Amino acid sequence: MAFLELTDVDKSYGDHQVLNGITLQVEKHQVVCLIGASGCGKSTLLRTINGLEEIQGGEISLDGDVISGEGVDLNAIRTRIGIVFQSFNLFPHMTALENITLAPRRVLGVSKAEADDYAMKLLTRVGLADKANAYPDKLSGGQQQRVAIVRAVAMNPDVILLDEITSALDPELVAEVLNIVKDLAAEGLTIVMATHEMSFAREVADTIAFLHEGRVLESGPPDQIFTAPREERTREFLHRIVEAGRL
Amino acid sequence: MSLGTATRPVRVSSPLAQRRDTSGSVMLIGSLVWLFTVAFTVWTALELPAVADEGWRVVIGIALWLVVALAVIAGLPLLRGIRYRTEAARADAAGDLAAARAARSRATQSGWVAAGWTLPLIAVAVFAQFLAANDHAVQTTFFDVPFMLRSLQDILVGFWVNVQIAIVAEVLILVWALFVALAKLTPGVAGRPIRWIATTYIDIFRAVPSIVVIYLIGFGLPLAQIPFLSDLGPFWSAVLALTLIYGAYVAEVYRSGIEGVHWSQVAASRSLGLSYGKTMRFVVVPQAVRRVMPPLLNDFIGLQKDTALVTIIGTVEAFTQAKIYAGNYFNLSSVTVVAIIFIIITIPQTRFVDRLIERDSRAKTRS
Repeated sequence: MAFLELTDVDKSYGDHQVLNGITLQVEKHQVVCLIGASGCGKSTLLRTINGLEEIQGGEISLDGDVISGEGVDLNAIRTRIGIVFQSFNLFPHMTALENITLAPRRVLGVSKAEADDYAMKLLTRVGLADKANAYPDKLSGGQQQRVAIVRAVAMNPDVILLDEITSALDPELVAEVLNIVKDLAAEGLTIVMATHEMSFAREVADTIAFLHEGRVLESGPPDQIFTAPREERTREFLHRIVEAGRL
Repeated sequence: MSLGTATRPVRVSSPLAQRRDTSGSVMLIGSLVWLFTVAFTVWTALELPAVADEGWRVVIGIALWLVVALAVIAGLPLLRGIRYRTEAARADAAGDLAAARAARSRATQSGWVAAGWTLPLIAVAVFAQFLAANDHAVQTTFFDVPFMLRSLQDILVGFWVNVQIAIVAEVLILVWALFVALAKLTPGVAGRPIRWIATTYIDIFRAVPSIVVIYLIGFGLPLAQIPFLSDLGPFWSAVLALTLIYGAYVAEVYRSGIEGVHWSQVAASRSLGLSYGKTMRFVVVPQAVRRVMPPLLNDFIGLQKDTALVTIIGTVEAFTQAKIYAGNYFNLSSVTVVAIIFIIITIPQTRFVDRLIERDSRAKTRS
């Protein structure tokens, strides 16, 4: 059994079926990239794993435990699965350091000194030690997103979900964020990321999953997906990406 | 048509360049308003001091002649306007249409400025006439200064009670209203009855006139002879009534602030494992409180004014004191004192709130 496993997951808003029998396996220390056109369900998929969206069918399990359905302790699950959002969603009334230490202190009960110490270590690693006491509105988009990543990592999660984390950034700020993701992957963190950065996905991912209309149309190692996709839809999608000069 | 003009391109008269010249009529309006204002203020300044009390004659005289001086000064733009008109005529003659247009536009502007600045002075003169009407009865009824000074001390002692009621009620409201707002936002099916109770409370206390609530609590609770609640006394009855009334308003203010916090903030907080309660406490409410400061302070200004209502249950505050004076001496100037004190207290707060709102809207446009 895979570390993180989705089996036949259905999700709909009223009549609108967003996820349609998603099955996906993520092994420990793997990086899985979800690609596909806007609206294909990438973000929704990540949000269901984190329990931010209820699912109507199927099952999600982590390390052998079922983490979907009624009665699961979502707060506990969320301490093991972190998520980083496209629009950063930092808390504007807290400094970078306070953003990062909020959950370790209030959920895990870590002491302030210990949480601050660990947060500073992480901030130093992403080159933002001097911004620890800055409020989010004083940080650039790239800096905000790095703080948001650190905020998720500070909980020491088993899996981290990245939801198009570079889509809201100016092009010149994308690299500083992706480099951190590369570091995290090299350290062996399990990562599931939705992304439009195809060359990054090709370089870093162990598995690429192509989503189309709420289904995983095909998945496999990056070389296979990018050079010899089996599905017509995948070919079309990649063709458009190449035409747009993004690969 | 000669060959020369036929080959030249036809000049279409552009409506932009050929704007109709209104500077003359505007200058005329400005001059008439100004002349009338000067005449009216001079007449007032000559007439009024004669009927005033001995001590007031000099003060009123100086004030009114100051108004006359202001009226005269307000006519200065007219002089400038005349200069611009001659400039325009000269430019026209020289064929410089653009310069003429600019000068005429400036002349028009001057005419409006003169009219705009003299009009309020007419209002001042009319108000002075109103005070002097019926052998200056209005002035002695509302602004009898020696009487005002005599009542001032007792009224200030009473006003201190208003201040205490307001401050105690405000502190209680801050806590109570947040509690009600959170009750109204209790999630889930289990929370539905709690939401109903909160909604009912808010509806009732926003519907019933404040003075009725104060009356019912101030007189009703003692009559009902309930232990503790019946022994509150006028001060604490007033505090309780105002807390209940304004608690309903402020709860709605809090609620709008809490709902105004973007859902992505809740998603971010919940995704980190914080429970609903902790998300409210550490993420949502702190942001909500910041953004509701202006409407909250507005409600508090309303509350401060409503502290005068508690006079009906016999709390001895500023208005009560003023009414005693007014009843004993058949003169309302003591009540004017109360009005002035409230004005002095309230206007700075209103300005402060305006500045907060301005600052917030600037911050919003920046981000």
